[in-house]
Amino acid sequence: MSSAMLELILEATFDTLYMVALSGAVSAVIGIPLGVLLYVTRPGQILAQPVAQRVLGIVTNIGRSIPFIILMVAIIPFTRLVVGSSIGTNAAIVPLIIAAIPFVARLVEGALNEIPPGLIEAAQAMGATPLQIITKVLLPEAKGGIINGLTITVVTLVSYSAMAGAVGGGGLGDLGIRYGYNRFEPLIMLITVAILVVMVQGFQSLGDRLVRKADHK
Amino acid sequence: MIKLEGVSKTYGAGPTAVHALKNIDLEVPKGAIHGVIGLSGAGKSTLIRCVNLLERPTEGHVIVDGQDLTQQDSEALRQSRHQLGMIFQHFNLLASRTVFDNVALPLELMGVSKGEIRERVGPLLDLTGLTDKATQYPAQLSGGQKQRVAIARALASRPKVLLCDEATSALDPQTTASILELLQDINRKLGLTILLITHEMEVVKSICHRVGLISDGELVEEADVGDFFTAPATRLGRDFLNAFLELEPPQALVERLEEAPGEHTHPVVRLAFSGANVATPLISRLARDSGVDVSILQAKVESIQGRTLGLMIAELIGTPETTSQALSQLESHDINVEVLGHVQRNA
Repeated sequence: MSSAMLELILEATFDTLYMVALSGAVSAVIGIPLGVLLYVTRPGQILAQPVAQRVLGIVTNIGRSIPFIILMVAIIPFTRLVVGSSIGTNAAIVPLIIAAIPFVARLVEGALNEIPPGLIEAAQAMGATPLQIITKVLLPEAKGGIINGLTITVVTLVSYSAMAGAVGGGGLGDLGIRYGYNRFEPLIMLITVAILVVMVQGFQSLGDRLVRKADHK
Repeated sequence: MIKLEGVSKTYGAGPTAVHALKNIDLEVPKGAIHGVIGLSGAGKSTLIRCVNLLERPTEGHVIVDGQDLTQQDSEALRQSRHQLGMIFQHFNLLASRTVFDNVALPLELMGVSKGEIRERVGPLLDLTGLTDKATQYPAQLSGGQKQRVAIARALASRPKVLLCDEATSALDPQTTASILELLQDINRKLGLTILLITHEMEVVKSICHRVGLISDGELVEEADVGDFFTAPATRLGRDFLNAFLELEPPQALVERLEEAPGEHTHPVVRLAFSGANVATPLISRLARDSGVDVSILQAKVESIQGRTLGLMIAELIGTPETTSQALSQLESHDINVEVLGHVQRNA
């Protein structure tokens, strides 16, 4: 294999990592609070807002039900507004974030759901404010579940980023399609897939290790 | 210290409404250990949750240390809750925090400084016998140890009242005894007022001063523990007591029991003696003085908080005149007599 080819593979790997890392980080920063909001505004919860909760839930579900490939195309004007272009790695990050936020939110909500309601009650009996319940009880107790959710999100983002590559986003998916599929170079296809597999394995075992460290159950 | 005035709690409205509590009046003086006992679904949990307003009563007032909690806004209520420690059946410890940090939690919530937290948590771990467990996580502890952590945590804010919601129901009898001992110890050392709810007579017997009996959302009976164990005023109270003492008449006898006396029947009675009566040879004296024969079917002596209590189920065999004379003789000796029924004497 030529060194030019190697360089191409290396660059594509970095592009993928860049897209996954940035979209993962931003969607976590927005998705975690959103997930907490979905949970604490439920009827009977510490900041119950049943109507707002319903609306938020519906919006989240809409976000999750749009196929990524359609979402990517549908929000092109928005992407252009944000990053000034609709092609390239940065342009791919915008739909990745939009797709991952509701995903993270639902996973975080699910992780919070695992907390025994008695803990919230105990904190209320101690005179905790809703904000204290969120920061001192809900988030620490759900930490393992949240990390687990973020791991799933990152793995999903790896495969989404490959799709983003198909519309000019760069990265390993793009490389695999252009060289492996369009130019009939099965080796390139194989290498890109192998790198993606290793990447996913790496993210998963890192996530598992962090979950084990966070959980004292 | 705790005063409930006309507290009612209703869930829902209209014909499907559930009346969990009906017009409860309850007063617990400072330093007392007050138990509320009842069957599942009687409203015990709702009652104790109304005291710190985890459940807001539909009607009535909750007054703790002179403050009407039902009139307070949410900020004042949060401050008041620091005066009310609470422990739970399932402990409700944070799995993500060590023993030390669990006990420190209420202090963190109150904004106590790190240095002061260190000073205050240590003695609490000492008091509850957890000093060597400070750095462990709840998952590494036994049920009894977890409840000790919960007790230390409940005491951290230096409350005046401790609410115990079925605190020993998930524990084995031995651990239950040690937790009850700890609660009693705290009550004596710190002068803490304790309100506990339970379905276990053992808990009431071991540590309570007074007991209330709750049934279908109503407080049907209230008495000092010694009196309750000698002479419960209600049917439910007697059921609880008999089940606890395992003092039921033999099944074969129950089947022959008739409500009204007949021509050739003898009364079957449940006798409860307390204090000096236990040591007096009352039965043999009764046989001699009234001329009735006493057939003892079951008997038991219990010690309830230093008071000795004798219980007996017996058949009084004599003529209607002599048996009624015997009954009044028993009553004149301050013995609680309950006629369970009448049986035909076997030929």
